[in-house]
Amino acid sequence: MTSSQRSRSQSRQRFPWRFACSAAIFLFTAITPRAHAQDWVHTGTNLGAQKIRLAAADFKPVGFDPALATDKQTFDSVLYSDLTNAGIFDMVSKSMAPPLMPGSPQEINVSQWSTPPANAAMVAFGAIALQNGQVTVYGWLYDAQNLQSPQVLGQQYTEADGPNTARHIAHEFADAIITRLGGGISGIAESKIFLVSNRTGSKEIWEMDYDGANQEQITRLGTISLSPRISPDGHRLAFSGMGKRGWDIRMYSMDLNRLVNFPSGSGSDLSPAWSPDGNTLAFSSSRSGDPEIWVSAASGFNPRRITAYAGPDVSPVWNPKTGTQIAWISGRTGLPQLYIMDSDGTNVQRMTDGGYATSPSWSPNGQFLAFAWNRNYGPGAPGGQDIYVMDIASHRWIQLTHDIGRNDFPTWSPDGRHLAFQNFQHGQRQIWTMLADGTGQHALTTVGGNSMPNWSWK
Amino acid sequence: MNARNKSAALIAAALAAILLPAAGCHKKVAPPPPPPPPAAAPTPAPTASLTASPSTITPGQSVVLNWSTTDATSVTIDNNIGTVAANGTQNVTPTATTTYNLVARGDGGSSEASATVTVNQPPPPPPPPPPAMTESIFDQSVKPVFFSFDSYKISSDAQQILTDSVAFLQAHPDVKVLVAGYCDERGSEEYNLALGQNRANAAKDALVKAGIDPSRLRTISYGKEKPFCTEHNEACWQQNRRSQFSIDQ
Repeated sequence: MTSSQRSRSQSRQRFPWRFACSAAIFLFTAITPRAHAQDWVHTGTNLGAQKIRLAAADFKPVGFDPALATDKQTFDSVLYSDLTNAGIFDMVSKSMAPPLMPGSPQEINVSQWSTPPANAAMVAFGAIALQNGQVTVYGWLYDAQNLQSPQVLGQQYTEADGPNTARHIAHEFADAIITRLGGGISGIAESKIFLVSNRTGSKEIWEMDYDGANQEQITRLGTISLSPRISPDGHRLAFSGMGKRGWDIRMYSMDLNRLVNFPSGSGSDLSPAWSPDGNTLAFSSSRSGDPEIWVSAASGFNPRRITAYAGPDVSPVWNPKTGTQIAWISGRTGLPQLYIMDSDGTNVQRMTDGGYATSPSWSPNGQFLAFAWNRNYGPGAPGGQDIYVMDIASHRWIQLTHDIGRNDFPTWSPDGRHLAFQNFQHGQRQIWTMLADGTGQHALTTVGGNSMPNWSWK
Repeated sequence: MNARNKSAALIAAALAAILLPAAGCHKKVAPPPPPPPPAAAPTPAPTASLTASPSTITPGQSVVLNWSTTDATSVTIDNNIGTVAANGTQNVTPTATTTYNLVARGDGGSSEASATVTVNQPPPPPPPPPPAMTESIFDQSVKPVFFSFDSYKISSDAQQILTDSVAFLQAHPDVKVLVAGYCDERGSEEYNLALGQNRANAAKDALVKAGIDPSRLRTISYGKEKPFCTEHNEACWQQNRRSQFSIDQ
């Protein structure tokens, strides 16, 4: 944040009559350079302006086990999908790639991949073997432009064969490639997305792989469970559950596979959020009457209130980079707006200038807030509720979804390059994913109604 | 024969003893008759006493009858107690005011005693309770209040409905109430849960301000999780923007 930007945002807080003027500046800066509006998103999300042209060869099967064909097919498709999803590669489509399966450095002729039509800058290739119940994958990444010393990566993975083994190894190899070519930022192929699904008849917490595979039910409470939030270390899952006496924060141990004790307050306790060190929770509670933001130890003890305005205050989220700020949604002035404050409740700053803003998610690098916004909200007003990303320092924003119904609950991937969100259209409520610049939108769920995604921290 | 008759006979005998010698002064004195046999230590008449403790009860309570007699060969108490020992106690549980009569008979005669137990009728039973509070009676009397779009402010229409509800709740002070806030399907689930809590709070606060004990009122928010109406139009949305009251079981 430059000093001029800081003074502008502060003057907006202190002197609201200057709001119109500030808003004009804001709109000027936000809208006028629309043609370049996405540059800062590409930079901030490490998506980059230039994508590396990458080919992923089909892997060579080694052995005679009848299950090998299935494992190989899974491995090839998951590896290609992971690299495509990463958002930093210009993938050579399978139809453009040479119809070859080089199983080792001795078997690859790099020039076949670096020349048209593939034109690859990098090639991933290798072999997959299934012998004695063990899957072994040898994977290489070659720089197709460097004939002298082409090897960038050489990996070997061996795991006991199981229903997810080939998928798992493909995720590991993809993440290794992404980490190496993506500026050292770890891939997300092994991350999880937690969600609410009603496919069993009641809203329960589920989890799935980042790409929608392996959807599994976690809670079986038969009431209403909402707002899943996985802890930074992945060991505990906080959520809000409807009990006999109302809404309480519930705590589920991912290690014990059961609920563990968590003290319940009176009133509605909603929307828990983990601090990045995992030691503190923020949540909305009406235990003192009005719904306000409270923080407590991760055990639930020592609760203290940090907001004090009439009206709904809900959906807190910590700055995962610093752990010293909280963004949340407040209806203190009417329609819900996005605010940030220090985690002790000071330095409150309103981020949105109107409309109906909900469900913030703070990017892993601390730079952006993603949230749902209906800029023309009102009775009978047309227009959808869309996912937006705002640069916190400048208040510049960009709209990521357009004309795909109502969207809510964006959640950042651990690498900051993706957002999952809840989409509602044609009567279907499903979890979607996209790159942080809004491209590559597609559904991850299809069964039942699915909502409130929460991406794991790693 | 009682004591008075006995002394009259003695006086007559004494007079005869005085007069006869005087007559003898005139005539040959006849030998005095043998003195009448002494009253031969006649058997004393029985004595009897009977007490009841306590002497005043309400139906269902018991009373201890305590009696003692002397010189009786048979002691009976009426009211179905029958023959009893010369001295004794017995529990009785009369349901109405009863006088117990004890008769002690002996060679010397008989004697009676009595004790009365007063049974106070219980206070009249409380008037039959009002017809059991049912959800339908409650719902007819305590109606939901509706809210404007994205608002938790109590409108004047809602205030009138709440005033009627207050009268009913004051007439039925035992009824506890669950105040539930609801929202329409638009907007965000999490935000609507908080907004629904504000709607429930607003309705509760209005009832408390009108004199309803806050300990009778519990709030909950259903947000947009349990809509009354599932169509996608303003009429339906209005139905869902409410605070609903129900008997808190």
